[in-house]
Amino acid sequence: MTPLLQLRDVARSYVTRNNLFGQARPVRAVDGISLTVNAGETLGIVGESGSGKSTLGRMALGLELPDEGTVTFDDAPMPAPGSAAWRTLRRQMQMVFQDPLGALDRRLPVLEQIIEPLVIHGIDGDQRSAGLAALASVGLSAAQGARHPHELSGGQRQRVVIARALITSPRLLVCDEPVSALDVSIQAQVVNLLIDLQAERGLGMVFISHDLRVVRQISNRVAVMYLGRVVEEAAADDLFRAPQHPYTRALVSAAPSPGPRRVERVILTGEPPNPAARPEGCAFHPRCPVATARCRTEAPAPARIAPGHTAACHLLTPAAKVAAR
Amino acid sequence: MKTPLVKIEGLNVAFDGAPAVRGVDLAVHPGEALGLVGESGSGKSVTWLAALRLLPGKASVQGRVSLDGSDILSLPVREMERIRGGRIGIIFQDPSSALNPVLSIRRQISEVLALHRGMSGSEIRAEAKRLLDLVGMPDAKGRLDSYPHEMSGGQNQRVMIAMALAGQPDLLIADEPTTALDVTIQAQILDLLQQIRREMGMALVLISHDLGVVAENCDRVAVMYAGRIVESGPAATLFDTPRHPYARGLIDALPTLDDTQRLVAIPGVVPDPRDMPRGCAFGPRCAYAGPECLLDSPPLRAVAPGRRLACARHNLDLAGPKSTTPNSTPAEVVS
Amino acid sequence: MIRYILTRFLRAFITIVLVVTFAFVVLRLSGDPATIILGPEAPPEAIAAFRKSWGLDQPVLVQYIQYFAAIFQGDLGMSMRDGRPALELVMERIPATLALTLPALMLKLAMGVPAGVYAALHQGTAFDRAVMVAAVMGFAVPSFVLALGLVLVFAVNLGWLPSGGRDTIWHAILPIVTLGLGGAAALARFTRSAMLEVLGQHYIRTASSKGLAWAVVVRSHALPNAAIPTVTLIGFLVGSLIAGAIVVESVFSWPGVGRLMVVAVANRDLAVVQCILLLVATTMVTSNLIVDFLYGALDPRLRHGARANA
Repeated sequence: MTPLLQLRDVARSYVTRNNLFGQARPVRAVDGISLTVNAGETLGIVGESGSGKSTLGRMALGLELPDEGTVTFDDAPMPAPGSAAWRTLRRQMQMVFQDPLGALDRRLPVLEQIIEPLVIHGIDGDQRSAGLAALASVGLSAAQGARHPHELSGGQRQRVVIARALITSPRLLVCDEPVSALDVSIQAQVVNLLIDLQAERGLGMVFISHDLRVVRQISNRVAVMYLGRVVEEAAADDLFRAPQHPYTRALVSAAPSPGPRRVERVILTGEPPNPAARPEGCAFHPRCPVATARCRTEAPAPARIAPGHTAACHLLTPAAKVAAR
Repeated sequence: MKTPLVKIEGLNVAFDGAPAVRGVDLAVHPGEALGLVGESGSGKSVTWLAALRLLPGKASVQGRVSLDGSDILSLPVREMERIRGGRIGIIFQDPSSALNPVLSIRRQISEVLALHRGMSGSEIRAEAKRLLDLVGMPDAKGRLDSYPHEMSGGQNQRVMIAMALAGQPDLLIADEPTTALDVTIQAQILDLLQQIRREMGMALVLISHDLGVVAENCDRVAVMYAGRIVESGPAATLFDTPRHPYARGLIDALPTLDDTQRLVAIPGVVPDPRDMPRGCAFGPRCAYAGPECLLDSPPLRAVAPGRRLACARHNLDLAGPKSTTPNSTPAEVVS
Repeated sequence: MIRYILTRFLRAFITIVLVVTFAFVVLRLSGDPATIILGPEAPPEAIAAFRKSWGLDQPVLVQYIQYFAAIFQGDLGMSMRDGRPALELVMERIPATLALTLPALMLKLAMGVPAGVYAALHQGTAFDRAVMVAAVMGFAVPSFVLALGLVLVFAVNLGWLPSGGRDTIWHAILPIVTLGLGGAAALARFTRSAMLEVLGQHYIRTASSKGLAWAVVVRSHALPNAAIPTVTLIGFLVGSLIAGAIVVESVFSWPGVGRLMVVAVANRDLAVVQCILLLVATTMVTSNLIVDFLYGALDPRLRHGARANA
């Protein structure tokens, strides 16, 4: 099967100034990542701030071009952002961000905003009834469609954004922290909605979040990012049942849960380093509880440690796979 | 039973006529960790800001808040200032904006030491450094001359904690202390709070929207909804066998790492404080609501030792697993 | 850091050059000094001789280059009217202008900043509303209208103060008050909004939660933060010490730089006008430069952040 979206060794650097008088220096936000999203599959991307997960999301949508590597959609290279080919492709790739209020125009009723992509892409037909159908598919009424964004709750606004993203019947949906700003009870509504819509439409989805519990809920496969690289990738069930990479193990153990603790808590020392001051060797080694001398000098490459399971750690080989629980 | 350290009775808070807290009764005992859980607008933060008299003047506050038996809502301002930062410390959600950007860390910690501990000069320098060491700040001595923007969110929260501990409080209120932080840093900060509480024998009120955080860090939990406490009890039993439909709903809506069973969302949204529903505020979203729920706002009553519940249908059996709970239809009705 | 300072100086220098160039071009396009100074009836030979002696017969570009060459030798040209060095004429007038603008600046600071701070601390009270009304009026009423109003009341009706001239200290009072009131209103309004913004910040609540008395919270936590934006406006007020009094000096017949400017413009006395503009631009740019460096002192976020994110 041809993958819907494929990223091969993509890298992206930004030039930042560390302060008012400092010298400009490039920061590699994404540092050589390869990922694949198939139709009907949700790829979860987990990482802390500075891991490069949002940059990766923007490259997946072609909003940014990688400095190195390639992004292909349907086996065709991603056109340059802003080009005519890219605009045509955009109806097949949509996105949902964290802040729905920022993504909506305060002055327009939400139904008008939902059908806006149809106007932009010149899709004819009964736009209004298409808009009403989109509203209904996200559980909103026609009356709510006539309202302005500020007259809706946060969860309802995020539904509007989802309806707008789906009205062009895209094949790929990239969600960057779509439920992080929502309360638990509302978050569950939106998560369920995304799961249902994805299943109904066979969407390929990239779901970016810092919240492991939500990613677990929604994803088929999960990639864990640390400082611009993927440190572990596996089927969600495998990854959360038996996390292998020391960083993933710490993340999983740190997720608070009202139930009994399933893994012993690993509390990492230190903080994620500044991407501008990337440690030598394995970027995780200064915080890693099991780092060896080799980890300080040599960066591990992602390696297959079990079928469908890759990890970038010198201590992990197929034989050394850590048992579940 | 021990006398409570802080006791809140019949607390009501309103902003421009819109109620934010509607009759809260709550007690914190010396040395205990009390969790306060609720979604945005539930009044969990406002309750404690009101208790410390930190709300702006337009807020109307009624009720009684006593510390060691004496009412602090009616204290002269001078005496209240001795309690704030002295007997009761507080840390906030976003540490980077809660610290003054133009003052050094040393200056911000020293203020508390001078005010509540009467220290000066070299005594302050030594104690400020000791506090930063205590909260696990790397290079404490060098950090004293730093400014908030030079540090990460996690380090700023450590400074906030050091500042709150500087007055040697009997109670520390932590208002969403880890919400703005990364997962691995969140674990560090929560661990630090636990360790400090044990060592100093201090009581902790942990305000959070995250049930997982509260469950793991508190002895006792109170769940708030729309300005009222709807259920309280020991953390372990409350999360195992919630009695209030809202508490049950919150637990079922929270995804876990263990399974991917469909989440059970609570339909609808939190009511508008200016337009509260008749009877129980949760009634319109409650799968178990009956006619009696429309009559009155149910009072918080003891239903078992250590457990209190505010539900007109308090004999409900909610213990079943998620899938048996009603309202699990895919497209929830919104609004 | 040194690079930063050098860039700032270079930028300041370029600004001054641009202002002077602009003035130069506009003045050459706006009428012939020869006809204005010698009168429309003057014989053509006299006009030609005048132009030749002042170099006005040269192409504009040549005049421009000569002008700049002279500036770098410290020569700002001669007044076409009385043949004295323009710089000397302008320097003579500066004490008179500063005699108005410096006390007026003090008045602005002494009234505007406290009024703004007090209004912010007592938002919504009668005092706050009065400050807001006064501030809007300070913006809306042109200074000559205010000046005429003050003259009408204190000089004409009450007869307490003189209406113009520069003979006694009493003559300075009305111009100073006119200048001071307008600036104070703007400053009060600006300080008020800066202060209100700061008072809404989370760190103010943190300061209160530490048990600090409100007066201490305001003094140690709010004011240092509110000072940062306010300094910008104060810098502008300082920068207009030389040029800020043109209208008021004219109304009160005060023999300062402003009046010299008005007369020189009317006469197309090119060297004098250019000399004043150069001076004004330099003061303004210098005070801006000082403000920029002051920011670093007031706000650690703008200091050389070598330790950032260590």
